[in-house]
Amino acid sequence: MKANVPRRSGSGLGEAAMVPVRLVMGAVDAPLRWVQRRLGIGGMATFFLLPNMLIFGIFVLLPFFINFAYSMTGGTALFLPDRTFVGTEQYARLFDCVNYADPNSCTEDTFWTAVGNTAWFVLLQVSLMILFSLVTALILNRDLMARSFWRAVFFFPVLLSPVVVGLIWKWILQRQGLLNFGLYSLGLEPHTWLNDRNWSFAATVGVSIWAHMGFYTLILLAGLQAIPKDLYEAAEMDGTRPARAFWRITLPLLMPNLLVVVVLVLIRAVQIFDEVYVLTGGGPGTSTLYLTQYIYETGFATQLRNPGLAAAASILMGVVLVILTLVQLGLGRKGENKGARK
Amino acid sequence: MSRLAEFIFRRRGRNGWHWTDIVTWLWLVGGLFIMFGPAVWLVGSSFKSPAALAEFPPTIMPYVTQKATVEGYDKPLDLYEVTRPDGSKAVLAEVRRIGIVAQMVAPEKPTDIVKVNIAERTPVRTMSFATTNYTEPFTHFDFVRYLWNSVFVTVTATLITLIVNSMAAFALSKYEFRGRTFAMLLILATLMVPLSVIMVPLYSIVSALGLFNNLWGVILPTVATPTGVFILRQYMLTIPDELIDAARMDKASEWQIYWRIILPLTAPALAVLAIFSVVWRWNDFLWPLIVLSRKELYTLQVGLSIYSGELNVQWHFILAMTVVTMIPVVLVFIFLQRFITTGIAGTGLK
Amino acid sequence: MGHIKLTNVTKSFGAVDVLHDINLEIKDGEFVVFVGPSGCGKSTLLRMIAGLEKPTGGELAIDGKVVNDVPAADRGLAMVFQSYALYPHMSVRQNLAFGLENTRMPKVEIAERIGEAARMLEIEPYLERRPGQLSGGQRQRVAIGRAIVRRPVAFLLDEPLSNLDAELRGSTRAELAALHARLSATMIYVTHDQVEAMTLADRIVVLRAGRIEQIGTPLELYNRPANRFVAGFIGSPHMNFLEGTLEASGSDRAVATLKGGHRLEVPMAGGAVAAGSPITLGVRPQHITLDAGENSIPAKIRLVEALGSETVLHADVAGQKVLVVAPGQHDLAPGADIRLSLAAAPIHLFNDRGLRLERAV
Repeated sequence: MKANVPRRSGSGLGEAAMVPVRLVMGAVDAPLRWVQRRLGIGGMATFFLLPNMLIFGIFVLLPFFINFAYSMTGGTALFLPDRTFVGTEQYARLFDCVNYADPNSCTEDTFWTAVGNTAWFVLLQVSLMILFSLVTALILNRDLMARSFWRAVFFFPVLLSPVVVGLIWKWILQRQGLLNFGLYSLGLEPHTWLNDRNWSFAATVGVSIWAHMGFYTLILLAGLQAIPKDLYEAAEMDGTRPARAFWRITLPLLMPNLLVVVVLVLIRAVQIFDEVYVLTGGGPGTSTLYLTQYIYETGFATQLRNPGLAAAASILMGVVLVILTLVQLGLGRKGENKGARK
Repeated sequence: MSRLAEFIFRRRGRNGWHWTDIVTWLWLVGGLFIMFGPAVWLVGSSFKSPAALAEFPPTIMPYVTQKATVEGYDKPLDLYEVTRPDGSKAVLAEVRRIGIVAQMVAPEKPTDIVKVNIAERTPVRTMSFATTNYTEPFTHFDFVRYLWNSVFVTVTATLITLIVNSMAAFALSKYEFRGRTFAMLLILATLMVPLSVIMVPLYSIVSALGLFNNLWGVILPTVATPTGVFILRQYMLTIPDELIDAARMDKASEWQIYWRIILPLTAPALAVLAIFSVVWRWNDFLWPLIVLSRKELYTLQVGLSIYSGELNVQWHFILAMTVVTMIPVVLVFIFLQRFITTGIAGTGLK
Repeated sequence: MGHIKLTNVTKSFGAVDVLHDINLEIKDGEFVVFVGPSGCGKSTLLRMIAGLEKPTGGELAIDGKVVNDVPAADRGLAMVFQSYALYPHMSVRQNLAFGLENTRMPKVEIAERIGEAARMLEIEPYLERRPGQLSGGQRQRVAIGRAIVRRPVAFLLDEPLSNLDAELRGSTRAELAALHARLSATMIYVTHDQVEAMTLADRIVVLRAGRIEQIGTPLELYNRPANRFVAGFIGSPHMNFLEGTLEASGSDRAVATLKGGHRLEVPMAGGAVAAGSPITLGVRPQHITLDAGENSIPAKIRLVEALGSETVLHADVAGQKVLVVAPGQHDLAPGADIRLSLAAAPIHLFNDRGLRLERAV
């Protein structure tokens, strides 16, 4: 993006809307000039930074730090001073397992169920998401007519709210839904998809891919379009077959974007909640109970809520996310260097 | 016409269809159905009456069975077209059904009850849009409240986001001060601290501030977005510093430089952030679900999910409300799609 | 009004010293040009006077008042930027008005001043346009106009012509000179182009690596450069420098031996340099003639550039490059042997530290 000169500040409506803004902004100028005289020009930087940092400090940094304190306390009280210190008891409880692969052998069996579900979900969703968005991006990168239309087709669900996505698919997968109608028309047996442990899990994977695929397609497409066309022409002059051109030119040059996408998909998959919560509510049973829902329910929703345990679980999840994000930043740095060298 | 066809079916090779051409078109057409189909189905369903919704197999368009008021019966009766044993057809009204046999009367002769096997009749149906699915939630439910809450949260949070983020971005792009890099890193580090990691302590802080069950408790934690600061800062870095020097020589105060020089010149980036912020806040779910427990404070997303989770789901209302919830986002999609896609491709934010 | 005085001013960015001990006095109404190669600190010096940078040490006074801690807005100066820095989202009129509105000047007076400046600079037809819709030359006028309406104590101009093409630069230069004559305001002008400096300045300040090398009128700098750097910087093409050794010196004459053994008689005040010391001769290309007579040296032609009105010869004198600008047209080919005469040339002598040795009167 470049700082383009905006076009002539157009309509009368826009101008009219600017009037109150002008009045407010103009009115605060005089007191702020006084502030500027007190702080100096450099001090005004602090002034401009302050509101953002204040909100940010109260609602992001502070919770981040007291989260550790929460994870060291027990009981159901909400405010930290009312809670009793229990040391690492919550962590011990989370990790109290005979066999980590078998949630039933653990004290906190739902946690390990959620961990296992999330792991499977991440594995499947991430690989299928990458596959589908890469194929779609490659197809959209071809010499297509109305490319922006097709791009919009795949991008459309990205903007939908997770609740809407969940409801759309809940409606389609229900007993009298569109999917069963399709099977019925083909003479096949209808199925109660969301009551089946395996299908319900598959549905959460499929729906989350449906909802977010367009976003990653877009990033990959931007990467593909940044590959200079003359490289392919040169390859063609050298008699390179298209398949070889894909493996030796497209894929290596797309790699920085692809890696970023992989990490982004990973980070989001670990935190999956909204659409699944609406679609299956974690069920049937605990077959689609994922980590965020476990934290939410442990912290707020159940009768015997245990904020300390929820905090401990959220910190464990945070550790995973931090590692993934650091990987992403590292990859981004590498990509930048590459760009600079070019 | 043939030129058009040639253009549409542009292929890889000159001669014949390469397999990749076939895959491309299968993928695109399949994608069209899979991506748009569910939403179209939702919109179509939202106009169906509860009876039509319960039907299986479902119809594509919303139909209702025609009814007739028949003398001697309090309720209107469903009309069916019946094939008589002699092959002739007649329109009869159903009085009651026992197993596979229906007792039916001709509307003109309400006294003569005819027994008909249900396999020998089809309902008389007309297309009808159940607009009451849309109108009733507005009058009978708190839907208007939810809509208002969502609009309030979205607009307020977006405005605050724009102001607060642009001020911070201005400070971080146009001033030299100690700790600037630290502040920038701190903001970027927040990307690693999503809501799901801090929801327990955040809830206690919001409660301690008296913002539990308060729309401001939904708004405030979301407004200091790191992505917003980041894209605005990147954009402001492209504004030449000489403009600011010129404004200082022109006796402008720093605040004036911010709102009379920097803000107008950052307009394109502000527009992108505004669009994203509207979509983000409109779609927010988990945090409002935690903070809002009083019905009259629900946002659309929370209200929808709570109603759809009830035991006796009134799908006809849920579907209609879902469509209404989709509308703003679909409008954004139709009119501002280009803005968004270039925004994502340029910055990788969502 | 418009008297600017710098006393022992220094500036450093972190550990890097960009300006050392600057002493300079600019009189009211004077046109002073800061010139020097890029990175010499001339722009920083200007921005410091403007108030956009704070001096690290020393004292800066405008009209006798120390302004070290006065913000840029309150120094009463106006600046024209290299990129013009016109506000791209405002019309030309709004650009001119912005600074005046900030002083809460009555609207009538603002309109009056804009009208006057627009007439003077002939930008009236474009007042309602945006800078993006103007040509480079027009933008440049608007930038000057924005300074003029402020009626500043002094104008600061930071390479204002560097974004114009050669032809426009020439004509705008003349207009600037006329403008200075008309406004008779103090102007400080930064450029790396010595032609602009020579044509516009009342006085030139030559800077190198954060130090003032010489201050003087254009002709002083041309005729009596203080050192080798100034001698090489002022004048186009550059002065030729020939390395040699001082042979023997009389009271007003001396003999130097160039590398390669050629002997030349040079003017020098007696005893300035001991015999046998290394010495550099400076001769401007225009002052060398193609004569074989007294005080001439043999040379070999490497390249001939015929410009019509004059001929530029690249010659080689025993391994040292010499440039000659000879008026008129000459039928010479590369490889030819010629003789260059320095008989009529003012020869400058520089000692081993690059300082110029005063010529005998």
